[in-house]
Order: sequence, then C-alpha cells, then structure tokens
Amino acid sequence: MAFKQFILVCGGTACESSKADDIYKNLIAECEAHGVKDDVQIVKTGCFGFCEKGPIVKVLPDESFYVEVKPEDAKEIVAEHVVKGRQVKRLLYQGEETRKHARIEDISFYQKQFRIVLRNCGLINPEDINEYIARDGYAALAKVLFEMTPDQVLEELKKSGLKGRGGAGFPTWMKWNFSRKVKDPLKYIVCNADEGDPGAYMDRSALEGDPHSVLEAMAIAGRVVGSNKGYIYIRAEYPLAIHRLELAIKQATEMGLLGEDILGSGFSFEVEIRFGAGAFVCGEETALLVSLAGERGMPTPRPPFPAVQGLWKKPTVINNVETWANIPIILLKGGEWFSKIGTETSKGTKVFALTGKIKNSGLVEVPMGTTLREIIYDIGGGIPNGRKFKAVQTGGPSGGVITAEYIDTPIDYENLQKLGSIMGSGGMIVMDEDDCMVDIAKFYLGFTVDESCGKCAPCRVGGRQLYDYVDKITKGKGTLEDLDRMKQIGHAMRKASLCGLGQTSPNPVLSTMHYFPQEYLAHIDEKTCPAGKCKDLVRYFILPDKCIGCGLCARRCPVVCIKGERRQPHVIDEAACIKCGECYSVCKFGAVVRK
Amino acid sequence: MAKMTLEDLKKLRDEKKKSMDRREVEGKDIEIIIGMATCGIAAGAKDTMSAFLTELDNQNMHNVVVRQTGCMGFCYAEPTVEILMPGMPNILYGNVDKDTAVKIVRKHILGKVLINDHILDRPSADIMQQ
Repeated sequence: MAFKQFILVCGGTACESSKADDIYKNLIAECEAHGVKDDVQIVKTGCFGFCEKGPIVKVLPDESFYVEVKPEDAKEIVAEHVVKGRQVKRLLYQGEETRKHARIEDISFYQKQFRIVLRNCGLINPEDINEYIARDGYAALAKVLFEMTPDQVLEELKKSGLKGRGGAGFPTWMKWNFSRKVKDPLKYIVCNADEGDPGAYMDRSALEGDPHSVLEAMAIAGRVVGSNKGYIYIRAEYPLAIHRLELAIKQATEMGLLGEDILGSGFSFEVEIRFGAGAFVCGEETALLVSLAGERGMPTPRPPFPAVQGLWKKPTVINNVETWANIPIILLKGGEWFSKIGTETSKGTKVFALTGKIKNSGLVEVPMGTTLREIIYDIGGGIPNGRKFKAVQTGGPSGGVITAEYIDTPIDYENLQKLGSIMGSGGMIVMDEDDCMVDIAKFYLGFTVDESCGKCAPCRVGGRQLYDYVDKITKGKGTLEDLDRMKQIGHAMRKASLCGLGQTSPNPVLSTMHYFPQEYLAHIDEKTCPAGKCKDLVRYFILPDKCIGCGLCARRCPVVCIKGERRQPHVIDEAACIKCGECYSVCKFGAVVRK
Repeated sequence: MAKMTLEDLKKLRDEKKKSMDRREVEGKDIEIIIGMATCGIAAGAKDTMSAFLTELDNQNMHNVVVRQTGCMGFCYAEPTVEILMPGMPNILYGNVDKDTAVKIVRKHILGKVLINDHILDRPSADIMQQ
C-alpha cells in the first residue's frame, strides 16, 4: 500500500515559528477526518529557503506550491486538493511584479535561483561524458563546427551581452574578437581557474560538477579565434576538480570531441591542465599567463592586452570558469534568450558563494538584478540566532561592503561599483552586528599584503603602510590624522598600482571607512570596539553579584584563567585571558561582561 | 572507443536522453544520486555512500544504482542525496548521514514513505527542460 500523494510542510526555523507545526498537525487531522490518511503522507521537510513567503506547503507529485499558508487552510487543502483534486488557487504562489525584469516571461516557477552555469551540477555524473551528452553536451560545439561561421558565433555572444565573470566584467565577444583579428598561426585559449578569494568556491564547484561545459566552450573559442591549444590554469589545492577535468579531457579525446579532427570537421583542439601553486596574484590574467609559461607569477603592464599578446607573446583568449560555462548554452539557446535574463546592462546570471552569518550557506545562482535581500533572506534563510544584519562583503579582498541601507539594490556590475564594491568573482560574506568592520578590513588587507607579489611599489609599500595604520587602530592607538593618511595611501594605490590586486586592495578599508565611520571613530576616540572583536580593546570580567558559581565558564575557558569555589562568584585573571569570548557566550546569567 | 562523427554524436545523445528519461540503467530502475563534490565529501558523503551500499547489500536489493553527482549548492545541508524511483516523486534529501541513509533505504525505497525533516527543494527549475 503506497501513498498516492505527499504533502510537504516546510519545517525550517522561520516557518516553524509561523505555525508550520500547527499546519502539519491540522493536515494530519483533516486527512483522517476525510478518510484519506492511507493515500496521503504528510511530511515535515528541511528549509525550503523561501522564508519570506512562509510557511510553505508543497504537494507532490503535482508540485503545487502553496505560500503563506495558515493552520486553518489545512482543511481546504485536504478537502479541495486531496479529495477533489482541485488546486487551492488563492494559496498558489504568484510571480512577483518586481522580479519580472530579471526573468524570461514564459518562466513562472517560484524558485529565486536560475541555473545556467550550474545547470548540470547536481544532476549529472561529472565522471561520465555520456550524461553530459544526454543534456545536449557538445551540441553547441557541433553547431559551431558545422552550422555557424565564427562571425555568427561572435554575433550571438554580442547579442547575449555576456560579460566576463571573473570580476572585471569585460564583454566576452570583444575579447574574442580582438584575438580573432590578430593574424598569427599560433594562438591560445586559457581558462582561469585560479580561484583565490577567501570564502569563494564557485569555480571549484562548477568544475567538479560539470567539467565538460568548460572544455566544450574552450574548443568553441578555439574555432572562433583560430587556436588549437587550450590551457586550464587551476590551483593544485583543488585535487577533485583536477581529477574530474583530467577524466573529462580523456573521455572527450577518446570520443573525438577534443583532439585531432573533431567530429570529422577538420578542426583540432587539445586542452592541457597546468597547476598553480596558490598565489593569489596569479588569478590576475597577466600574472597567470606568466606563471603558466613557467616563470614567477608577476603581472605585466597592459596594454598589450592578452587578447593581442598573451601567453608566450601570442594572442590569448583568457576567460574565467564561470564565463566559459555560460557559452555552450548561449549558443544552443541563442544570444537573445540569454539577453532576456538579467538587467538592462548586466545580462545572465551570477553564481555567488553565500557564506558567513547566514542560515542556509551555499552556492546560489541568481539572475542579475536580484536584490541582496532576496539572496540573504529568501534563499539564504536570513541571519542565524536572531542577530541583526549589518553588511555583506562582496568581491573578496578587492571588494567592499554593502550595508543594510542598500539591501534592496538590484545586484549588477554597475550598481555594485556605485556602492564602492565590485561584483568580483562571487564571494558573498554576510556579517551581523557581532562583526567589527575595522577587523574585517584588517583581515582582507592582511590577505592582500601577504599576497602582493612585490613588483610595484604602490602595492608593496602602500599595502604595508595601510595595514600598519589599520592595525594601530585596532589596538586603540590610532589618531584622527591616521584616517586622512589612510585615505591618501588608498587613493594612491588605486591610481598607481600595476595590476588589479594593488588597485583594489585598499577597497575593503576605504569602503568600511565610508560606510562605518562611527566604528573607526569608536576605536580611535573611545578606544573601544563596539562589536567586541578587537582583542586589545575589550576586557572580560565577572559581576560578583550575578555569578552563581556554576563553573561553566571555568570549564569552557581554553586557557583556564577563570578561578573560583563552587557556588561562589568566579574571577577572570585578566593577565592570562586571551579574550576569546567563550565565557561571555556560555554564561546563562549575564554575569560575564565584555567592555 | 572509436572517434565519433556528427551523426554518432546525435545518435548517442538521443539514446542517452531516452535512457535518462526512463531513468533506467542496465535494468536497474531505482537511482540514489549522491552529491560528491569537495563540499559533500568533506561533510561525509563517502560514508553516506558506503552506508547505502552496505544497506542495499543487507537488503539484497539489486535493482538500485548508486551514482555520484556534483554540488547542488546546499552547503548547509550536505551530504545531499536524491532518490529517483518509479511510483514516487523525485525527492532530494539533505543532511544524509549514515543512519539517515539506512532509513532512506528501508522507509523511502522499500516502504515508499517519505522521511521527516530531511527533504529539500530543488534550487531551481531545469533550464534544459524548457
């Protein structure tokens, strides 16, 4: 005896609080009352990530999606939907007016995500080329080889409006066209898989889940610009992605989809993998190409741009993993299809690695023009532990912060730039009120100072100087004049650094100074860290009248600096305290104070 | 394998499409698909996979194929597992540890009953189906 229908009740914490439990119980009671309890199973699920419209009830197998369901609606759902087989129209999810700009008209599904780059991730077995082929894999390459001229391919890419997803957002078709126009028998195609931003793993996931789409796209570019050789520059820290790429190259070559005379077209293209040692600067295209050629990875001045003079001084098309993964589908469905997704100026989707203070951390792909609010609350499920949203950091060490004030700004290249951040490769770190902005700036700056290659002085010296000022402020020794000096150094770095790393590394500092001046001032004037993160500015102590002597803090203290008799007030030895805050978070009586 | 021509590619695509639609691999009609990217593996997807294989052996079930796939993006709910089988809607489970894997085999696959608290929704519709 199997169930004919399943009613899924969203059991995420957000929905739980809005009576999901009552809905669950009522549905069971109604099914019993209608004598259908053997036909329908009522199931509680994990979070559906659509919390703003919760509680959600979904009926399978017909996939009806009910939103903002109330406990009393259970009766109607069972009586109408289960018994009579009629959907309860008033509860069905209706598309939102505000989001139509970011959508293709004929798609009315409820999910906020729209997966182009990740279309195969989580669906196919990445180690079996047949499954990729079953999902129209290598069909775009076949189309390019047999049905399209290189000019037509460029035309489709131009129509699509695809821009580079590595961060800078340069139109892809133009890059290809530059290379195509150069007359040289030897040209190269390069995939930039040197993903280095802290907290970013979009490229890794795309390569691990769907390696063939990148290979196919590189071969397409080879055909268009007239190149027979592609390199994938990937960091050696991604062993699984490397393994799957190697397997994919082997399978595609065996089947004649890469290598000599692809599909009998006369066009040959081979792909080789090169490992990066993990230097952040090697994600910068000119440094990457130098490293790829076997030399120390340091950037070179542009122009000449790689498209004209790149790897071994030959014309080189270099694109990021995510850009490549978009190409086959654009050529299959047409540039016009792609251009309908997104905003006026930024087309398509963007993959973000959503991390930090967020309930449902993960990899999300959304149409350009989606707002931060939708990403953080609808997909990410909001901030855990009832804390307040403070800011989100985008663009990694090259980006900046976006504050709560701008949470409804549609995300695209232009808007992020206006806000003083950048799209970057797609890291998105959510911060709540417990995060100190000066500390965050110091973290990112510390990262870029470590990773500066040292070739140009603005980045090498400027970064160090800037870091020292920020460090001074976090130690409570900063002055107001320091802030002005920091701005000056930051602007000089932006103008004078050789490559993107140096030009953008002051961004986290300048951006936090712009949006959170009061936090910098608190560190300087009052010598306090409002979020309690800067260790030199906080002290922990125990209020004797509130401490009941339970000893929990003493047991949790990693350096055993809390002493006291049982049932007697405890004392923190401040000289030994490492200010980890463990006692503060475990105390149930509010006896531990942070100041 | 011999190198393919354009015709071969089209033929192979049509064949594979059919078999993927039927969801039938070598006479096996039930599929367990485990997300095994770095994230899934770090969260224990390999243990989950061996728990499935052991339990399928214990139950003497030979019509089930266990496959791997890439990351679906649910970092907070790894390992993720999708179950495709006749007579049941496609269901995606999150936080599938060893015990849940055993539960899925016994309850979902054998008993045709869904398991509480682990079901997730697919993140988006499939653009290849449109």
